[in-house]
Amino acid sequence: MSYPEENEAALHRTWSERPGWLGWLMAVNHRTIAKRYLVTTLLFFVAAGIMALLMRLQLARPENTFLDTDRYSQLFSMHGSVMMFLFAVPIMEAVGVYLVPLMVGARNIAFPRLNAFSYWIFLFGGLMFFAAFLLNTGPEAGWFSYVPLAGPDYSPGKRTDFWAQLITFTELSALVVSIEIIVTALKMRAPGMSLDRIPLLVWAEVVTAFMVIFAMPAVMLSSTFLITDRLVSTHFYNPAGGGDPLLWQHLFWFFGHPEVYIIFVPALGMISQIIPTFARRPVVGYLGLVMALVITAFLAFGLWVHHMFATGLPPLGMSFFTAASILIAIPTGLQIFCWIATLATGGQVRFATPLLFVIGFFFTFIIGGLTGVWLGSTTLDSQLHDTYFVVAHLHYVLIGGAIMPLFGAFYFWFPKVTGRLLSESLGKWNFWLFFIGFHVTFFPMHALGLDGMTRRIYTYGADRGWQELNLVATVGAFILAISVLVFIVNVIVSLRRGALAGDNPWNASTLEWATRSPPPPYNFQFIPVVESRDPLWQKGERRHVVGLSNEVRSVLITAIHDAQPDHTTTFPSPSLWPLLSALATTGLFVGSIFTPWAVLWGSIPVAVGLIGWFWPSHRETEINRRLEIKPESPAR
Amino acid sequence: MSTERVLDVSKLPTYAYGNRSLMWWGTWGMILIEGTVFVIALVTYYYLRDFSQTWPPEGDPPRLLFGTLNLVILLASGWPNQWAKKAAEREDLRAVRIWLVVGLLFSVAFIVVRGFEFPALNTHYDANAYGSVVYMILILHTVHLVTDTVDTLVLTVLMFTGPLEGRRFVDVAENSLYWWFVVLSWIPIYCTLYLAPRML
Repeated sequence: MSYPEENEAALHRTWSERPGWLGWLMAVNHRTIAKRYLVTTLLFFVAAGIMALLMRLQLARPENTFLDTDRYSQLFSMHGSVMMFLFAVPIMEAVGVYLVPLMVGARNIAFPRLNAFSYWIFLFGGLMFFAAFLLNTGPEAGWFSYVPLAGPDYSPGKRTDFWAQLITFTELSALVVSIEIIVTALKMRAPGMSLDRIPLLVWAEVVTAFMVIFAMPAVMLSSTFLITDRLVSTHFYNPAGGGDPLLWQHLFWFFGHPEVYIIFVPALGMISQIIPTFARRPVVGYLGLVMALVITAFLAFGLWVHHMFATGLPPLGMSFFTAASILIAIPTGLQIFCWIATLATGGQVRFATPLLFVIGFFFTFIIGGLTGVWLGSTTLDSQLHDTYFVVAHLHYVLIGGAIMPLFGAFYFWFPKVTGRLLSESLGKWNFWLFFIGFHVTFFPMHALGLDGMTRRIYTYGADRGWQELNLVATVGAFILAISVLVFIVNVIVSLRRGALAGDNPWNASTLEWATRSPPPPYNFQFIPVVESRDPLWQKGERRHVVGLSNEVRSVLITAIHDAQPDHTTTFPSPSLWPLLSALATTGLFVGSIFTPWAVLWGSIPVAVGLIGWFWPSHRETEINRRLEIKPESPAR
Repeated sequence: MSTERVLDVSKLPTYAYGNRSLMWWGTWGMILIEGTVFVIALVTYYYLRDFSQTWPPEGDPPRLLFGTLNLVILLASGWPNQWAKKAAEREDLRAVRIWLVVGLLFSVAFIVVRGFEFPALNTHYDANAYGSVVYMILILHTVHLVTDTVDTLVLTVLMFTGPLEGRRFVDVAENSLYWWFVVLSWIPIYCTLYLAPRML
């Protein structure tokens, strides 16, 4: 065997997951975990979509008796909670877990066992939530669970407690993934990938991860206050005990508004990868695009009160939050102009399915952005608050702003993940049904909202004159459902019979396209050296790294600003401990719904799990000692 | 392949201290998350204060003795903690063992005094919103304290039993960084729980 072949065989031995079902449970490869996240989140997406269809059936005609009010309340609360906590945020992070290490030229994500743990926690939280719903214990106070409606007096039983613990599960998982993404992007980049050469999707994922870190503690803490108010009679939200119901809204929206951008910012990154690829030129205004992402993140934390304009806060505060809300249109506008400039000045633009979805994004998101500027104004908001106008707006920005680019991203990166291209003809059907179905569903809701139809009502009188538009919306929802079905068929068919993709089917410029499709367990046989912002469009032979051990899971750590090689380190091997720790943590979280003592006694198995996880093995320590090279001057 | 087209990393060290190591970044990630939790909990305290004519709404403020004693113990624990960190960076195993054990003694002392702090709060979590938030903040800090004490205990045992390699000293150094977070976060919490009701 020649050296490259020998090296490849050794890398394969070192980096492969273990075989068998036990190996499946021990997996730590970032792409394995990301694929599990993607499949799980998409299943939750379909489930929450079916719930939406049930609600649309109920609203298709006035005074319908298909669903009763209690079932309807659980359905809309489930739909919102599942879409936000079990689909939109985790799928955006899953894309990051898959792509960030590949795009920066790393062999795995930082803290790979933590990554496996995050997935198990996410899965168990989701399963708990659906199990509770099927046992008629689904949430009933909306995805934002306002008190006092969600408090002990108006939501007796365990329904809201399961909702509060869903938050704990999903936010824990999102928080640890954020740390992994930040550390991977800052410290594990291929040599030469200085800060100004980082792909825009990686920037977007880093900005998102920082937003998660500062936003999600607010909802974890506020849902803990909620559950203690409900279970052990604390008084955080109880005015009779000196508490305040609006405290919930402040804490929830301090998280909830950035949450929207946590979903939206990764989508911006996806668009910034797709557009230059199809326009066949480097993106226009790279620095501006990065700054726009960062500014959007900062502004996102100054907007939360615009969800509370109807609560009677001081007028000066209202003016501040109106100004901040409208200000956020500036960085968004800047990005849209950069993208248009890229498309307009590029080569022959190829309108493949990924780009179609991006163009669908432009059209839809701009409408959603404009109604957002309306709603940012206190006076108009007071009229439209809690009507279907808001339902229309939020679906325009979330589906238009995030889900359309996400579908574009599926078509774009599917060949990298599976080695086969999705069918373009089914893709066109997928796009047009989605685009038409979306607007048929949600555009009429603007009119319904202006006409006074409030959110979260399970039926309406025949005399209101809302039935035609509601029927149109229901028809649209089924067109959307058919579109998603076309997508699923496309995935199943293309997995078997899709055209073979090769390494770089779109002739894109970033590092994930420099390796095989699907990539080998070690991602790159040789870590590339990066010399420009679009390394694969660079002429001439590319440099690469040699000298990384292939005997252990050796990775290269680089300096934060210029990505010069700093040291190497060994990554952990597959392990059952993340799963065991996640099971113990699940026991603690679910147990605490029933007794506060579960927090005390449940912490013992969690501690055992984490200690077992940390404790080093003699065999691996021996190998590491043999390969060890001490830092030059340990005591700085 | 020509030598100019490759970058050889085989001579690089296999671990590093401080902000060069992934552990440092991971630890700071945890500190940012948990620091945000503390800030939001403290903001909640001051927010709820606006809804009461008097603060505390009824009864006396927490008794100063045990909380202040703990402030002294925690600040004093900074010395063994920092010496453990320095010893780890020198890879001086004997000194690491000594200072980790001394640090643990401080942690245990702190946890014992914490047991006396709760009854000295002069309120209860189900009495009113003031009691709820005071208990919540103190429990949050206690959870951090106990967690890091267990972490330190596990590291200390490992330092005596092995298996050891150079990278484990980085773990000791970063554990010290986290302990500083537990120490320093107590200062604003102490000022809020014990001094704010008396001074504001």
